[in-house]
Amino acid sequence: MVHSALFDTALTDATRHGAVLHDAFSLASSSGRGIGVITAGDNLMRLFQGLGTSLSIAGLALLIGIPLGIVLGALRITRNPIVRVILRVYLECFRIIPTLVVLFLAYYILPAEFNIQVSGPTVAVVAFGLWVSAETSDTVRGGLVSVADHQVDAGRALGMNGMQLFWYVRLPQSINLMIPATINLATRVIKTTSLLLLISVIDVVTVGQQIMEANRMAHPDAAFWIYGFIFLLYFIVCWPLAKLAQTLEHRAKERNNG
Amino acid sequence: MNWSVVAQSVPLFAHAFGVTLRLSAISVILATLLGLAMALCREYRVPLLSQLSTGIEELFRNTPLLIQLFFMYYGFPSIGIKLSAQLCAVIGMSILGAAYMSGAFQGGFGGIPRVQIESARALGLSVPQLIRYVTLPQGLTRSIPAIAANAIFIVKETSVFTVIAVPELTNTARDLIGMYYHTNEYLLELVVAYAIILIPMSVVLTLLERRVRRGSFRTV
Repeated sequence: MVHSALFDTALTDATRHGAVLHDAFSLASSSGRGIGVITAGDNLMRLFQGLGTSLSIAGLALLIGIPLGIVLGALRITRNPIVRVILRVYLECFRIIPTLVVLFLAYYILPAEFNIQVSGPTVAVVAFGLWVSAETSDTVRGGLVSVADHQVDAGRALGMNGMQLFWYVRLPQSINLMIPATINLATRVIKTTSLLLLISVIDVVTVGQQIMEANRMAHPDAAFWIYGFIFLLYFIVCWPLAKLAQTLEHRAKERNNG
Repeated sequence: MNWSVVAQSVPLFAHAFGVTLRLSAISVILATLLGLAMALCREYRVPLLSQLSTGIEELFRNTPLLIQLFFMYYGFPSIGIKLSAQLCAVIGMSILGAAYMSGAFQGGFGGIPRVQIESARALGLSVPQLIRYVTLPQGLTRSIPAIAANAIFIVKETSVFTVIAVPELTNTARDLIGMYYHTNEYLLELVVAYAIILIPMSVVLTLLERRVRRGSFRTV
Protein backbone atom coordinates (compact mmCIF):
# COMPACT_ATOMS: atom_id res chain seq x y z
CA MET A 1 0.00 0.00 0.00
CA VAL A 2 3.02 2.31 -0.45
CA HIS A 3 1.34 3.77 -3.46
CA SER A 4 -1.83 4.69 -1.62
CA ALA A 5 0.10 6.40 1.14
CA LEU A 6 2.09 8.44 -1.36
CA PHE A 7 -0.95 9.26 -3.36
CA ASP A 8 -2.88 10.22 -0.28
CA THR A 9 -0.16 12.64 0.86
CA ALA A 10 -0.11 14.20 -2.57
CA LEU A 11 -3.86 14.70 -2.38
CA THR A 12 -3.80 16.21 1.09
CA ASP A 13 -1.09 18.62 -0.05
CA ALA A 14 -3.12 19.58 -3.06
CA THR A 15 -6.17 20.20 -0.90
CA ARG A 16 -4.13 22.29 1.53
CA HIS A 17 -3.04 24.55 -1.33
CA GLY A 18 -6.47 25.52 -2.02
CA ALA A 19 -7.47 23.11 -4.18
CA VAL A 20 -10.83 21.98 -5.01
CA LEU A 21 -10.87 24.73 -7.61
CA HIS A 22 -7.36 23.91 -8.68
CA ASP A 23 -8.30 20.27 -9.13
CA ALA A 24 -11.36 21.14 -11.14
CA PHE A 25 -9.22 23.44 -13.26
CA SER A 26 -6.56 20.84 -13.88
CA LEU A 27 -9.24 18.37 -14.88
CA ALA A 28 -10.72 20.85 -17.33
CA SER A 29 -7.37 21.77 -18.82
CA SER A 30 -6.30 18.16 -19.19
CA SER A 31 -9.71 16.87 -20.15
CA GLY A 32 -9.45 13.93 -22.50
CA ARG A 33 -5.91 13.26 -21.35
CA GLY A 34 -6.60 11.57 -18.03
CA ILE A 35 -8.86 9.11 -19.79
CA GLY A 36 -6.15 8.66 -22.41
CA VAL A 37 -3.94 7.01 -19.79
CA ILE A 38 -6.06 3.86 -20.10
CA THR A 39 -5.09 3.29 -23.73
CA ALA A 40 -1.62 4.90 -23.67
CA GLY A 41 1.26 2.55 -24.52
CA ASP A 42 0.52 -1.05 -23.57
CA ASN A 43 -1.58 -0.02 -20.54
CA LEU A 44 -4.80 -1.55 -21.87
CA MET A 45 -3.03 -4.84 -22.59
CA ARG A 46 -1.56 -4.88 -19.07
CA LEU A 47 -4.94 -4.18 -17.47
CA PHE A 48 -6.47 -7.08 -19.38
CA GLN A 49 -3.58 -9.33 -18.33
CA GLY A 50 -4.23 -8.34 -14.71
CA LEU A 51 -7.90 -9.17 -15.16
CA GLY A 52 -6.83 -12.48 -16.70
CA THR A 53 -4.85 -13.30 -13.55
CA SER A 54 -7.85 -12.50 -11.34
CA LEU A 55 -10.22 -14.54 -13.50
CA SER A 56 -7.93 -17.56 -13.74
CA ILE A 57 -7.54 -17.62 -9.94
CA ALA A 58 -11.33 -17.47 -9.59
CA GLY A 59 -11.69 -20.22 -12.21
CA LEU A 60 -9.20 -22.54 -10.53
CA ALA A 61 -10.80 -21.98 -7.12
CA LEU A 62 -14.19 -22.93 -8.57
CA LEU A 63 -12.70 -25.95 -10.33
CA ILE A 64 -11.34 -27.24 -7.02
CA GLY A 65 -14.11 -26.03 -4.76
CA ILE A 66 -17.23 -27.21 -6.61
CA PRO A 67 -16.40 -30.96 -6.82
CA LEU A 68 -15.26 -30.89 -3.19
CA GLY A 69 -18.46 -29.05 -2.26
CA ILE A 70 -20.64 -31.63 -4.03
CA VAL A 71 -19.02 -34.44 -2.02
CA LEU A 72 -19.37 -32.49 1.25
CA GLY A 73 -22.99 -31.59 0.42
CA ALA A 74 -23.87 -35.22 -0.28
CA LEU A 75 -22.24 -36.20 3.04
CA ARG A 76 -24.38 -33.63 4.87
CA ILE A 77 -27.54 -35.67 4.30
CA THR A 78 -26.06 -38.89 5.69
CA ARG A 79 -27.45 -40.25 8.95
CA ASN A 80 -24.11 -40.09 10.76
CA PRO A 81 -24.53 -37.19 13.23
CA ILE A 82 -20.78 -36.69 13.79
CA VAL A 83 -20.12 -36.18 10.06
CA ARG A 84 -23.08 -33.78 9.85
CA VAL A 85 -21.93 -31.69 12.82
CA ILE A 86 -18.34 -31.47 11.56
CA LEU A 87 -19.49 -30.33 8.11
CA ARG A 88 -21.95 -27.83 9.59
CA VAL A 89 -19.16 -26.31 11.69
CA TYR A 90 -16.94 -26.19 8.58
CA LEU A 91 -19.65 -24.24 6.74
CA GLU A 92 -20.35 -21.90 9.67
CA CYS A 93 -16.63 -21.06 9.97
CA PHE A 94 -16.65 -19.72 6.42
CA ARG A 95 -19.99 -17.98 7.01
CA ILE A 96 -18.60 -16.17 10.06
CA ILE A 97 -15.02 -15.31 9.08
CA PRO A 98 -14.83 -12.56 6.42
CA THR A 99 -13.26 -13.80 3.17
CA LEU A 100 -10.51 -11.22 3.49
CA VAL A 101 -9.57 -12.70 6.87
CA VAL A 102 -9.65 -16.24 5.39
CA LEU A 103 -7.23 -14.96 2.77
CA PHE A 104 -4.91 -13.55 5.45
CA LEU A 105 -5.10 -16.76 7.48
CA ALA A 106 -4.00 -18.76 4.44
CA TYR A 107 -1.36 -16.17 3.51
CA TYR A 108 0.34 -16.07 6.91
CA ILE A 109 -0.33 -19.53 8.29
CA LEU A 110 0.37 -21.82 5.29
CA PRO A 111 4.05 -20.84 5.01
CA ALA A 112 4.69 -20.56 8.77
CA GLU A 113 3.00 -23.72 10.01
CA PHE A 114 3.67 -26.08 7.13
CA ASN A 115 7.06 -24.61 6.32
CA ILE A 116 6.37 -24.36 2.62
CA GLN A 117 7.03 -21.47 0.27
CA VAL A 118 3.81 -20.72 -1.55
CA SER A 119 3.10 -17.95 -4.03
CA GLY A 120 0.29 -15.45 -3.61
CA PRO A 121 -1.87 -16.99 -6.37
CA THR A 122 -1.56 -20.46 -4.79
CA VAL A 123 -2.63 -19.10 -1.42
CA ALA A 124 -5.61 -17.41 -3.08
CA VAL A 125 -6.67 -20.57 -4.94
CA VAL A 126 -6.50 -22.62 -1.73
CA ALA A 127 -8.38 -20.04 0.37
CA PHE A 128 -11.06 -19.39 -2.25
CA GLY A 129 -11.31 -23.10 -3.09
CA LEU A 130 -12.11 -23.98 0.53
CA TRP A 131 -14.60 -21.12 0.75
CA VAL A 132 -16.30 -22.26 -2.49
CA SER A 133 -16.47 -25.86 -1.20
CA ALA A 134 -18.21 -24.69 1.99
CA GLU A 135 -20.78 -22.57 0.13
CA THR A 136 -21.35 -25.25 -2.53
CA SER A 137 -21.91 -27.90 0.14
CA ASP A 138 -24.84 -25.84 1.47
CA THR A 139 -26.29 -25.31 -2.01
CA VAL A 140 -26.04 -29.03 -2.75
CA ARG A 141 -27.55 -30.01 0.60
CA GLY A 142 -30.42 -27.56 0.10
CA GLY A 143 -31.09 -28.93 -3.38
CA LEU A 144 -30.93 -32.57 -2.30
CA VAL A 145 -33.37 -32.17 0.60
CA SER A 146 -35.80 -30.25 -1.64
CA VAL A 147 -36.49 -33.45 -3.59
CA ALA A 148 -39.89 -34.82 -2.54
CA ASP A 149 -39.78 -37.68 -0.01
CA HIS A 150 -42.02 -39.91 -2.11
CA GLN A 151 -39.46 -39.82 -4.92
CA VAL A 152 -36.76 -41.11 -2.58
CA ASP A 153 -39.14 -43.70 -1.09
CA ALA A 154 -40.06 -44.88 -4.58
CA GLY A 155 -36.40 -45.27 -5.43
CA ARG A 156 -35.82 -47.21 -2.26
CA ALA A 157 -38.81 -49.46 -3.04
CA LEU A 158 -37.11 -50.26 -6.35
CA GLY A 159 -34.15 -51.49 -4.33
CA MET A 160 -31.72 -48.63 -4.99
CA ASN A 161 -28.81 -48.17 -2.61
CA GLY A 162 -27.66 -44.79 -1.22
CA MET A 163 -25.30 -44.06 -4.09
CA GLN A 164 -27.96 -44.91 -6.70
CA LEU A 165 -30.57 -42.80 -4.91
CA PHE A 166 -28.14 -39.87 -4.99
CA TRP A 167 -27.18 -40.33 -8.62
CA TYR A 168 -30.50 -41.31 -10.24
CA VAL A 169 -33.14 -39.69 -8.00
CA ARG A 170 -31.93 -36.75 -5.94
CA LEU A 171 -29.30 -35.18 -8.21
CA PRO A 172 -31.28 -35.05 -11.51
CA GLN A 173 -34.27 -33.49 -9.75
CA SER A 174 -32.34 -30.81 -7.89
CA ILE A 175 -29.51 -29.86 -10.24
CA ASN A 176 -31.58 -27.14 -11.90
CA LEU A 177 -31.85 -25.44 -8.50
CA MET A 178 -28.12 -25.81 -7.79
CA ILE A 179 -26.82 -24.37 -11.06
CA PRO A 180 -28.10 -20.77 -10.61
CA ALA A 181 -26.83 -20.66 -7.03
CA THR A 182 -23.44 -21.86 -8.21
CA ILE A 183 -23.28 -19.21 -10.95
CA ASN A 184 -24.10 -16.57 -8.33
CA LEU A 185 -21.30 -17.94 -6.18
CA ALA A 186 -18.96 -17.66 -9.19
CA THR A 187 -19.73 -13.94 -9.51
CA ARG A 188 -19.04 -13.52 -5.79
CA VAL A 189 -15.68 -15.26 -6.19
CA ILE A 190 -14.81 -13.05 -9.17
CA LYS A 191 -15.70 -9.91 -7.21
CA THR A 192 -13.66 -11.13 -4.25
CA THR A 193 -10.55 -11.47 -6.44
CA SER A 194 -10.28 -7.69 -6.10
CA LEU A 195 -8.88 -8.37 -2.61
CA LEU A 196 -5.87 -10.17 -4.10
CA LEU A 197 -3.77 -7.01 -4.13
CA LEU A 198 -3.66 -7.29 -0.32
CA ILE A 199 -1.64 -10.52 -0.57
CA SER A 200 0.64 -9.05 -3.26
CA VAL A 201 -0.79 -10.77 -6.33
CA ILE A 202 -0.35 -8.69 -9.51
CA ASP A 203 -4.05 -8.44 -10.30
CA VAL A 204 -5.98 -5.85 -12.30
CA VAL A 205 -6.09 -3.39 -9.37
CA THR A 206 -2.33 -3.60 -8.80
CA VAL A 207 -1.69 -3.00 -12.52
CA GLY A 208 -4.02 0.00 -12.35
CA GLN A 209 -2.10 1.39 -9.39
CA GLN A 210 1.22 0.93 -11.22
CA ILE A 211 -0.17 2.89 -14.17
CA MET A 212 -1.43 5.67 -11.89
CA GLU A 213 1.91 5.82 -10.10
CA ALA A 214 3.74 6.21 -13.42
CA ASN A 215 1.38 9.03 -14.47
CA ARG A 216 1.06 10.74 -11.10
CA MET A 217 2.73 13.96 -12.25
CA ALA A 218 1.36 14.20 -15.78
CA HIS A 219 -2.21 13.07 -15.06
CA PRO A 220 -3.25 13.52 -11.43
CA ASP A 221 -6.81 12.58 -12.41
CA ALA A 222 -5.75 9.15 -13.71
CA ALA A 223 -7.16 7.53 -10.54
CA PHE A 224 -10.68 8.56 -11.54
CA TRP A 225 -10.44 7.04 -15.00
CA ILE A 226 -8.44 3.92 -14.16
CA TYR A 227 -10.59 2.93 -11.18
CA GLY A 228 -13.68 3.80 -13.20
CA PHE A 229 -12.44 1.54 -15.99
CA ILE A 230 -11.71 -1.36 -13.58
CA PHE A 231 -15.19 -0.86 -12.08
CA LEU A 232 -16.61 -1.22 -15.58
CA LEU A 233 -14.48 -4.30 -16.34
CA TYR A 234 -15.80 -6.12 -13.27
CA PHE A 235 -19.35 -5.13 -14.19
CA ILE A 236 -18.94 -6.43 -17.74
CA VAL A 237 -17.72 -9.79 -16.42
CA CYS A 238 -20.22 -10.23 -13.56
CA TRP A 239 -23.44 -8.76 -14.93
CA PRO A 240 -24.07 -11.33 -17.72
CA LEU A 241 -23.40 -14.15 -15.25
CA ALA A 242 -25.86 -12.65 -12.75
CA LYS A 243 -28.49 -12.30 -15.50
CA LEU A 244 -27.94 -15.90 -16.61
CA ALA A 245 -28.36 -17.12 -13.04
CA GLN A 246 -31.57 -15.10 -12.70
CA THR A 247 -33.03 -16.56 -15.91
CA LEU A 248 -32.14 -20.13 -14.94
CA GLU A 249 -33.58 -19.61 -11.47
CA HIS A 250 -36.92 -18.38 -12.87
CA ARG A 251 -37.03 -21.33 -15.22
CA ALA A 252 -36.22 -23.84 -12.48
CA LYS A 253 -38.91 -22.40 -10.22
CA GLU A 254 -41.51 -22.48 -12.97
CA ARG A 255 -40.66 -26.08 -13.80
CA ASN A 256 -40.78 -27.16 -10.16
CA ASN A 257 -44.10 -25.44 -9.52
CA GLY A 258 -45.77 -26.47 -12.73
CA MET B 1 1.21 -18.67 21.00
CA ASN B 2 2.48 -15.91 23.26
CA TRP B 3 -0.31 -14.86 25.59
CA SER B 4 1.41 -11.70 26.86
CA VAL B 5 1.38 -10.40 23.27
CA VAL B 6 -2.33 -11.13 23.14
CA ALA B 7 -2.92 -9.36 26.45
CA GLN B 8 -0.97 -6.29 25.35
CA SER B 9 -2.87 -5.88 22.11
CA VAL B 10 -6.35 -6.45 23.53
CA PRO B 11 -6.98 -2.70 24.17
CA LEU B 12 -6.08 -1.91 20.54
CA PHE B 13 -8.43 -4.60 19.30
CA ALA B 14 -11.14 -3.40 21.67
CA HIS B 15 -10.90 0.05 20.12
CA ALA B 16 -11.01 -1.37 16.59
CA PHE B 17 -13.92 -3.57 17.64
CA GLY B 18 -15.81 -0.39 18.52
CA VAL B 19 -15.00 1.15 15.13
CA THR B 20 -16.16 -1.96 13.25
CA LEU B 21 -19.32 -2.15 15.34
CA ARG B 22 -20.14 1.54 14.87
CA LEU B 23 -19.51 1.58 11.10
CA SER B 24 -21.41 -1.70 10.68
CA ALA B 25 -24.39 -0.42 12.66
CA ILE B 26 -24.57 2.85 10.70
CA SER B 27 -24.22 0.99 7.39
CA VAL B 28 -26.85 -1.61 8.26
CA ILE B 29 -29.37 1.06 9.31
CA LEU B 30 -28.77 3.27 6.26
CA ALA B 31 -28.75 0.28 3.91
CA THR B 32 -32.04 -1.01 5.34
CA LEU B 33 -33.79 2.36 5.03
CA LEU B 34 -32.46 3.04 1.54
CA GLY B 35 -33.17 -0.54 0.49
CA LEU B 36 -36.77 -0.27 1.74
CA ALA B 37 -37.26 2.97 -0.17
CA MET B 38 -35.83 1.38 -3.32
CA ALA B 39 -38.00 -1.71 -2.96
CA LEU B 40 -41.15 0.40 -2.47
CA CYS B 41 -40.27 2.46 -5.56
CA ARG B 42 -39.95 -0.74 -7.57
CA GLU B 43 -43.05 -2.38 -6.07
CA TYR B 44 -45.25 0.64 -6.88
CA ARG B 45 -43.43 1.30 -10.20
CA VAL B 46 -42.66 4.94 -9.39
CA PRO B 47 -41.46 6.43 -12.69
CA LEU B 48 -37.72 7.28 -12.81
CA LEU B 49 -37.08 6.23 -9.21
CA SER B 50 -37.85 2.58 -9.91
CA GLN B 51 -35.50 2.58 -12.92
CA LEU B 52 -32.87 4.32 -10.80
CA SER B 53 -33.25 1.64 -8.13
CA THR B 54 -32.84 -1.11 -10.70
CA GLY B 55 -29.72 0.61 -12.03
CA ILE B 56 -28.18 0.95 -8.57
CA GLU B 57 -28.95 -2.70 -7.81
CA GLU B 58 -27.36 -4.02 -11.01
CA LEU B 59 -24.33 -1.74 -10.84
CA PHE B 60 -23.42 -2.24 -7.19
CA ARG B 61 -24.22 -5.93 -6.92
CA ASN B 62 -21.97 -6.76 -9.84
CA THR B 63 -18.86 -4.82 -8.82
CA PRO B 64 -16.51 -5.32 -5.86
CA LEU B 65 -16.75 -3.03 -2.81
CA LEU B 66 -12.98 -2.51 -2.95
CA ILE B 67 -13.18 -0.87 -6.38
CA GLN B 68 -16.18 1.23 -5.30
CA LEU B 69 -14.20 2.51 -2.31
CA PHE B 70 -11.02 3.18 -4.35
CA PHE B 71 -13.07 5.01 -6.94
CA MET B 72 -14.66 7.24 -4.30
CA TYR B 73 -11.59 7.74 -2.13
CA TYR B 74 -8.87 8.17 -4.79
CA GLY B 75 -10.93 8.98 -7.90
CA PHE B 76 -13.41 11.58 -6.63
CA PRO B 77 -10.78 14.09 -5.39
CA SER B 78 -9.64 14.59 -8.99
CA ILE B 79 -13.12 15.88 -9.87
CA GLY B 80 -13.11 18.08 -6.77
CA ILE B 81 -14.96 15.91 -4.24
CA LYS B 82 -12.84 15.02 -1.21
CA LEU B 83 -14.40 12.71 1.37
CA SER B 84 -12.86 11.29 4.53
CA ALA B 85 -12.05 7.58 4.59
CA GLN B 86 -14.79 6.73 7.08
CA LEU B 87 -17.39 8.73 5.18
CA CYS B 88 -16.42 6.97 1.93
CA ALA B 89 -16.63 3.63 3.71
CA VAL B 90 -20.09 4.28 5.13
CA ILE B 91 -21.48 5.72 1.87
CA GLY B 92 -20.08 2.84 -0.20
CA MET B 93 -21.24 0.16 2.21
CA SER B 94 -24.71 1.71 2.58
CA ILE B 95 -25.34 1.85 -1.16
CA LEU B 96 -23.97 -1.67 -1.72
CA GLY B 97 -25.99 -2.89 1.26
CA ALA B 98 -29.12 -1.14 -0.03
CA ALA B 99 -28.70 -2.87 -3.40
CA TYR B 100 -28.98 -6.20 -1.57
CA MET B 101 -31.57 -5.07 1.01
CA SER B 102 -33.87 -3.90 -1.78
CA GLY B 103 -33.83 -7.46 -3.14
CA ALA B 104 -34.66 -8.81 0.32
CA PHE B 105 -37.69 -6.49 0.68
CA GLN B 106 -38.88 -7.24 -2.86
CA GLY B 107 -38.71 -10.94 -2.07
CA GLY B 108 -40.97 -10.29 0.93
CA PHE B 109 -43.40 -8.09 -1.00
CA GLY B 110 -43.55 -10.65 -3.81
CA GLY B 111 -44.90 -13.23 -1.36
CA ILE B 112 -48.02 -11.19 -0.59
CA PRO B 113 -51.00 -12.77 -2.37
CA ARG B 114 -52.24 -10.63 -5.25
CA VAL B 115 -55.79 -10.71 -3.87
CA GLN B 116 -54.70 -8.73 -0.79
CA ILE B 117 -53.68 -5.73 -2.90
CA GLU B 118 -56.80 -6.04 -5.08
CA SER B 119 -59.09 -6.15 -2.03
CA ALA B 120 -57.40 -3.11 -0.53
CA ARG B 121 -57.83 -1.20 -3.78
CA ALA B 122 -61.47 -2.26 -3.94
CA LEU B 123 -61.93 -0.84 -0.44
CA GLY B 124 -60.59 2.46 -1.78
CA LEU B 125 -57.28 2.56 0.08
CA SER B 126 -54.84 5.18 -1.19
CA VAL B 127 -51.26 4.20 -2.03
CA PRO B 128 -49.83 5.42 1.34
CA GLN B 129 -52.58 3.47 3.12
CA LEU B 130 -51.87 0.45 0.95
CA ILE B 131 -48.20 0.60 1.98
CA ARG B 132 -49.02 1.19 5.65
CA TYR B 133 -51.75 -1.44 6.09
CA VAL B 134 -51.05 -4.13 3.48
CA THR B 135 -47.56 -4.14 1.98
CA LEU B 136 -45.49 -3.42 5.08
CA PRO B 137 -47.20 -5.61 7.70
CA GLN B 138 -47.33 -8.64 5.42
CA GLY B 139 -44.13 -8.03 3.47
CA LEU B 140 -41.78 -7.17 6.33
CA THR B 141 -42.21 -10.43 8.24
CA ARG B 142 -41.44 -12.37 5.10
CA SER B 143 -38.30 -10.32 4.39
CA ILE B 144 -36.81 -10.47 7.90
CA PRO B 145 -34.57 -13.55 7.41
CA ALA B 146 -33.11 -12.10 4.20
CA ILE B 147 -32.54 -8.76 5.96
CA ALA B 148 -30.69 -10.49 8.80
CA ALA B 149 -28.56 -12.40 6.27
CA ASN B 150 -27.71 -9.11 4.55
CA ALA B 151 -26.80 -7.51 7.89
CA ILE B 152 -24.30 -10.33 8.46
CA PHE B 153 -22.94 -9.79 4.95
CA ILE B 154 -22.48 -6.06 5.69
CA VAL B 155 -20.60 -6.69 8.95
CA LYS B 156 -18.25 -9.11 7.18
CA GLU B 157 -17.78 -6.76 4.27
CA THR B 158 -16.58 -3.93 6.57
CA SER B 159 -13.26 -5.84 6.64
CA VAL B 160 -12.65 -4.41 3.16
CA PHE B 161 -12.55 -0.88 4.69
CA THR B 162 -8.93 -1.66 5.57
CA VAL B 163 -7.89 -0.77 1.99
CA ILE B 164 -8.65 2.91 2.57
CA ALA B 165 -7.01 2.79 6.02
CA VAL B 166 -10.14 2.95 8.17
CA PRO B 167 -8.87 1.80 11.62
CA GLU B 168 -11.29 -1.14 11.97
CA LEU B 169 -10.47 -4.71 13.06
CA THR B 170 -8.77 -6.04 9.93
CA ASN B 171 -6.74 -2.87 9.52
CA THR B 172 -5.57 -2.99 13.13
CA ALA B 173 -4.52 -6.61 12.75
CA ARG B 174 -2.60 -5.83 9.55
CA ASP B 175 -0.84 -2.88 11.17
CA LEU B 176 0.16 -4.91 14.22
CA ILE B 177 1.41 -7.82 12.07
CA GLY B 178 3.43 -5.37 9.99
CA MET B 179 5.02 -3.80 13.07
CA TYR B 180 5.62 -6.74 15.45
CA TYR B 181 5.30 -9.93 13.36
CA HIS B 182 3.29 -11.82 16.02
CA THR B 183 1.17 -13.17 13.22
CA ASN B 184 -0.64 -16.04 14.97
CA GLU B 185 -1.59 -14.02 18.04
CA TYR B 186 -3.04 -11.10 16.09
CA LEU B 187 -4.89 -13.33 13.60
CA LEU B 188 -6.41 -15.27 16.50
CA GLU B 189 -7.64 -12.04 18.08
CA LEU B 190 -9.01 -10.90 14.73
CA VAL B 191 -11.01 -14.09 14.22
CA VAL B 192 -12.29 -14.04 17.82
CA ALA B 193 -13.38 -10.41 17.46
CA TYR B 194 -15.41 -11.18 14.33
CA ALA B 195 -16.83 -14.29 15.96
CA ILE B 196 -18.05 -12.22 18.94
CA ILE B 197 -20.10 -10.04 16.60
CA LEU B 198 -21.17 -12.63 14.06
CA ILE B 199 -21.99 -15.80 16.02
CA PRO B 200 -24.91 -14.15 17.89
CA MET B 201 -26.11 -12.64 14.59
CA SER B 202 -25.91 -16.03 12.91
CA VAL B 203 -27.87 -17.69 15.75
CA VAL B 204 -30.55 -14.99 15.55
CA LEU B 205 -30.75 -15.51 11.77
CA THR B 206 -31.31 -19.26 12.21
CA LEU B 207 -34.05 -18.65 14.78
CA LEU B 208 -35.75 -16.06 12.58
CA GLU B 209 -35.68 -18.38 9.58
CA ARG B 210 -37.27 -21.15 11.61
CA ARG B 211 -39.88 -18.79 13.06
CA VAL B 212 -40.89 -17.24 9.74
CA ARG B 213 -41.09 -20.66 8.08
CA ARG B 214 -43.40 -21.89 10.85
CA GLY B 215 -45.50 -18.74 10.60
CA SER B 216 -45.98 -19.16 6.87
CA PHE B 217 -46.97 -22.80 7.26
CA ARG B 218 -49.66 -21.90 9.75
CA THR B 219 -51.35 -19.50 7.34
CA VAL B 220 -51.42 -21.96 4.45
